[in-house]
Amino acid sequence: MTSQLWVLIGNGVLETLQMTVSATILAYLIGLPIGIALVVTAKEHILQNRIVNLVLGVLMNIFRSIPFLILLVVLIPFTRFVTGSSIGTTATIVPLTVGAIPIVARMVESSLKEVPSGIVEAAQSMGASPISIIFRFIIPEAMPSLLLGATINLATVLGYSAMAGCIGGGGLGAIALNYGYYRYQQDILFITVAILIIIVQVFQESGTLLANKKRHS
Amino acid sequence: MSEQTAIFRLNHVTKLFQTKNSTVRAVDDVSFDIRQGEIFGIIGMSGAGKSTLVRMLNRLEEATDGEVIFDGKNLGNLSNKQLRTIRMSMAMIFQSFNLLMQKTVLANVMLPMKIAHVPHKEQKERALQMLKVVGLEDKASAWPAQLSGGQRQRVAIARALAMNPKVLLCDEATSSLDPKITEEILALLKDINQKLNLTIVIITHEMSVVEKICDRVAIISDGKLAEIGEVKEVFTSPKTEAARHLILPVEKELNLFDTTDRRCIRIVFDGRAASDPLIANLVADTGVKVNILCADTKTVGGVGFGQMIVELPKDEDAANLVINYIKEKGVNFHEIERKGDKI
Repeated sequence: MTSQLWVLIGNGVLETLQMTVSATILAYLIGLPIGIALVVTAKEHILQNRIVNLVLGVLMNIFRSIPFLILLVVLIPFTRFVTGSSIGTTATIVPLTVGAIPIVARMVESSLKEVPSGIVEAAQSMGASPISIIFRFIIPEAMPSLLLGATINLATVLGYSAMAGCIGGGGLGAIALNYGYYRYQQDILFITVAILIIIVQVFQESGTLLANKKRHS
Repeated sequence: MSEQTAIFRLNHVTKLFQTKNSTVRAVDDVSFDIRQGEIFGIIGMSGAGKSTLVRMLNRLEEATDGEVIFDGKNLGNLSNKQLRTIRMSMAMIFQSFNLLMQKTVLANVMLPMKIAHVPHKEQKERALQMLKVVGLEDKASAWPAQLSGGQRQRVAIARALAMNPKVLLCDEATSSLDPKITEEILALLKDINQKLNLTIVIITHEMSVVEKICDRVAIISDGKLAEIGEVKEVFTSPKTEAARHLILPVEKELNLFDTTDRRCIRIVFDGRAASDPLIANLVADTGVKVNILCADTKTVGGVGFGQMIVELPKDEDAANLVINYIKEKGVNFHEIERKGDKI
């Protein structure tokens, strides 16, 4: 293999990380509030609201049930509107984020639901406002679980980013597809897959480590 | 007693729960006062509605009907913001402690002050002070998971006291602790009650808890107030079936003996009467032999009490002779009622 190819792969790794991390962060910016809303508007909870809960729940289910490859295609006009292009690394961040939001929201929802209702009751008895209950009680208590969830989401988005290679996204997925599949360069295919595996391992292990460090029970 | 101010006043408080097929009256037209500075017990069997009742004292549970007045304010008329402010002066501890497991002991105790926007330095100082009160100043940087159940409840008490509340509501606070630790926690509560003149409301299903530290007790049965009064009074002469059932769980065990067709009485001795050998004198003076089915002693409000269940002779005249004799001696007793063929 030529050094040129290594540069190509090196760039691919950077692009992949850039897409994955940016899209995950963006997905959390939107998915985290939705996840919180799904919990607190549920029945018998602090901001019970049937309509908001139902609408959000249905929306999340709709987006989650669209296969990511289809979502990529469907979102092309939207992506072009947001980034001015529908191909390349930056453009790929848009469908990645949209695809990850419902997963993030549901993951956050299930983490927050693990917090015992007694904690919320204690918070209420202290005179805590709903905002205080969410940010000083529920989220700190759910933190280890939220971190584990974030790790899983990161790995999922990484997988999606490789898929985006099909329709002109950058990163390792595009390299694997263009060189490994279309040009039958199996060595490149194996190398990219190996790198993807290593990245997922690193994400997963460091996430688990961080979550365990944060967990005190 | 009437000149004492009421910190809580419950007027015809009712709570209905709507289930699919029926309406459950969890709390049914309950009215009583809780006085400033007392330790007030609310006791009942599980499902009697006592947990719902205590949650209405800080409006964690809304009353369907009636009013709860705290410190002169009708809780039902308060806005959410006013309610939150007033809740800061009524702390609560729970059966499951409800500490934040991902925060240190110190951070847990500081939480109520954080919510109330107390300056950070003061939060820490006061939290350490409260930990000292409950005897855990050396555990400030520990995590709740490293503590025993009794220690966790102490942290919860420190957290409850942090905002210098007017009342402390205890919802089955000792029910998950073993008897020895329960005693320690009750002693701590009594101590706090006396030192800080803090009103304490204790919800429990265990008569022993009420006997040990409460001044007055309300007995709740099927959502209704069955009986209320000084603990000593209720203990020595319970007027209702519900009260007797709680005070005398031994009555059930009497079924072990075949006493279906015989009359039994429960005699209660206080410190004074306990010095005379009542039964020995009874047998000597009347010549009637009685059968002692069970006897035990308890400490109620710091005074020793003995109780004894005695089976009367089958002969009506002899039985009346015994009853008259005990009456004459001025000893507290009542005949145990039977339900069907059970005692």
